[in-house]
Amino acid sequence: MRRYVVGRLLLMIPTLVGVAVITFVVMRLVPGDIVALRYAGSNVPQDIIDKERALLGLDKPMVEQFLSWMGSLAHLDFGQSLWTGNSIMDEVWVRLPLTLELAVIASALAVVIAIPLGIVAAVKQDSWIDYAIRIFSVGGLAMPSFWIGIMLVLGTLTFFGWAPPLVYTSFFDDPVANLSQLVLPAISVGYRYSAVSMRMTRSTLLDVLREDYVRTARAKGLRDTIVVVRHALRNALLPVITVVSLEFAFLIGGLVVTEQVFNLNGIGKLLVDAVAHRDYPLIQALVLLLSAVFVLVNFAVDMLYVVLDPRIRYS
Amino acid sequence: MFWRQQRAKGVVDLFRPQLALVIVFALVLAACSAQPKPATSGSPGAVPSLAAGEKPQTGGTLTFIVNAEPPSFDGHRETTFALLHPIAPHYSLLYKFDPNDLTKVIPDIAASDPQVSSDKLTATIKLRTDVKFHDGASLTSEDVVASYQKIIFPPAGVLSPRAGAYAPVDTITASDPSTVVFKLKYPSASFLTNLASPWNFIYSAAKLKTDIHYYEKNIDGTGPFTYVSNTKGQDWVGKKNAAYFGKDKDGTQLPYLDGYKALIITDATAGVNAIRSKQAMIEFRGFTPQQRDDLSRALPNDLAIQEAPWICVNYVVPNSKVAPFNDPRVRQALSLAIDRYAGSEALQKTTIVKDVGGLMRPKGPFAMADADLNKIKGFGKDPAAAQAEAKKLLADAGQSNLTFKFLNRNITTPYEPVAVFLIDQWKKIGVTATHDVKETSAYQADLRAGNFQVALDFNCDFLDEPDLQLAKFQSASKLGKGLNFAYYDDTKLDGMLDAQSRETDPAKRLKLVGDIERYAMDEMAYQYPVLWWYRIVPYLKTVRGWSIGSNHYTNQDLTTVWLAEKK
Repeated sequence: MRRYVVGRLLLMIPTLVGVAVITFVVMRLVPGDIVALRYAGSNVPQDIIDKERALLGLDKPMVEQFLSWMGSLAHLDFGQSLWTGNSIMDEVWVRLPLTLELAVIASALAVVIAIPLGIVAAVKQDSWIDYAIRIFSVGGLAMPSFWIGIMLVLGTLTFFGWAPPLVYTSFFDDPVANLSQLVLPAISVGYRYSAVSMRMTRSTLLDVLREDYVRTARAKGLRDTIVVVRHALRNALLPVITVVSLEFAFLIGGLVVTEQVFNLNGIGKLLVDAVAHRDYPLIQALVLLLSAVFVLVNFAVDMLYVVLDPRIRYS
Repeated sequence: MFWRQQRAKGVVDLFRPQLALVIVFALVLAACSAQPKPATSGSPGAVPSLAAGEKPQTGGTLTFIVNAEPPSFDGHRETTFALLHPIAPHYSLLYKFDPNDLTKVIPDIAASDPQVSSDKLTATIKLRTDVKFHDGASLTSEDVVASYQKIIFPPAGVLSPRAGAYAPVDTITASDPSTVVFKLKYPSASFLTNLASPWNFIYSAAKLKTDIHYYEKNIDGTGPFTYVSNTKGQDWVGKKNAAYFGKDKDGTQLPYLDGYKALIITDATAGVNAIRSKQAMIEFRGFTPQQRDDLSRALPNDLAIQEAPWICVNYVVPNSKVAPFNDPRVRQALSLAIDRYAGSEALQKTTIVKDVGGLMRPKGPFAMADADLNKIKGFGKDPAAAQAEAKKLLADAGQSNLTFKFLNRNITTPYEPVAVFLIDQWKKIGVTATHDVKETSAYQADLRAGNFQVALDFNCDFLDEPDLQLAKFQSASKLGKGLNFAYYDDTKLDGMLDAQSRETDPAKRLKLVGDIERYAMDEMAYQYPVLWWYRIVPYLKTVRGWSIGSNHYTNQDLTTVWLAEKK
């Protein structure tokens, strides 16, 4: 088992290097660069554009730029943003707490909604309750979370003249202000997220409920609640955990539009701005960060399987 | 039971998607129908920023929106308004535009107007002696000299994109601690007004000597507000500078505000919602007509609106290096096809364009008279005749079935509607243009590489000044390198541009500018404006003491802004 874990951890290195190479090359194949954008619409002569490119090192051959970047990465130095000149770690660090908090709240919300409703829908299959829950979940899948966000903001503005605060306040400084800002985005994201998990819970639980051992448990005279919660749910949760975990990883960088709608200063918005600015070092660092999150979450899920299902053993 | 029966009939399965859609649609309708009714008087008109007899009140924090983040903090280096709006309140200029009359230049840290020698080659400027930097150091002429040296004669490794605007300057010296002398190589019509450029922050000579890049990441000015904090991607906060030298006409210490907070909100809808929820009071750059109307409906009693013609314009730029756009007849035909007056009527309802004008802003000090403008190809008021002439020109050039790609950037306001309008106009003379929309960076790359046939270019300036607005018309291989995307070289036009720049008699200069417009837009039709932009700033009525100008760069130091209701 230990060898397996170490092997998995070591495999992350070539995966992330591969991501780094692809990101580096792809971004430079896209036409345009940060300097053209920085001076867009201004009467700036060509010699200034050329000088700025030289200052930023964009006039060097691509291989030289790549080796220089990889050299810095080896020292865990992600470099500086070409747009602001600030350290990339500073840029990320400012935004990470909001993104993580939103991801945690949305995930918690999704799990709290999805699992009970998924169980009820499975247990009451084809009843009106099942249909109501399925309509609710189809709604979550059909409506993009940013659209739900827009509707929520317009709704609260229209009916209550209120909109979420625009400035992030740490939970530890002011919990009310903090939650006021994050509750609507968490609902808009968590609803879609819960819909996926709810359908997964329902379908896997339905499969498990048809298993022989569940029939045996019922035949023993166990109460339905015990059969479902203790015997069926534990086995049904494995795919649900995969979905929930990958959705969580997605939330770290995938809330681009929702962050725009609510003006949240998060990682997704930073990534979009970085791409729009052609801020190569920042894009590369963020893609690496998000890839690392996905890889680590995948690894954690695999490890969790062992805990939840004693039949699974890695070697 | 009911659902089971319906399911058995297949009804539920059949209508399940529709049912979901109906529910969603009903929710949307409910949300829309709950909107407040529009004010029956329509949109509030422009209101004065200061009602007669109103006395400015002190205190309060102004919260405003900036819809982009400044790259660095150095005004000398950057070109975006996103730097000026949050950072200009920290700095003073040598001269600035009068907040009460934005067509006038007044002294800022200068003690008076410049003394200009009879040969117009020397400008001597006396400075105030009561100006202090935020770190407590007194301002002297050395600081002004160091700041302008950095702007006009940047050392290696320092970028100054506007250095070219000061080409006539020969030397800058400090004759004593409170006097600065600019010596020019030749008389310049625009030099003195350019001293009021909103970018020319006065920096500390000592700080620049220690580190010429100091101001890229630090703030230390002599302006009305000191720096408090900047959370990247979120906000910028300043507070009143108690040692600021400015006083109003009643002797009250400026600024009136206790402080300000600039919120960085990049999404336009989020910006509108911020004002609607009163979390922000104003966005100084402007909104679209629809956004103005939305806010008017939502806040009928709390909103004021100021509107003004804007020194921003879109140009149609045929690439003269590429056939058939090297033929003036083809370029003229494309301009003739555009019914600008009809376009103005239609487009001003949906986007931020309005006035028909030449190369200088309509209604501005250098604007061409309507009668003269109407004689220029494409600017007349008989669209049928213009289209007939355009078709004839194309036929003569052998281009009756001309097709081309029309390069544009992926910004909705106003680029997309303007381009759609143009493509429709060209279709009327048998020309088929394909809208080639690219993301801004790729669009800029194509423009700068000459990799296009016809493009929609744009220009914005802080001042009605031919040297600025006509810079794009210099020969592409000379002074217009990187500016002139029509890629022509024309020594005759270069000579005309140089002559107007040196002409210090306003009447003679106006005539020279008119000659340039006729030559560049009519005879050669190198590149030509579509419609000039129109600035619309809806804001909470509590904001007073701010007046809209013809640009979004000047009048941003917030010295005279005050709040009728404090937060």
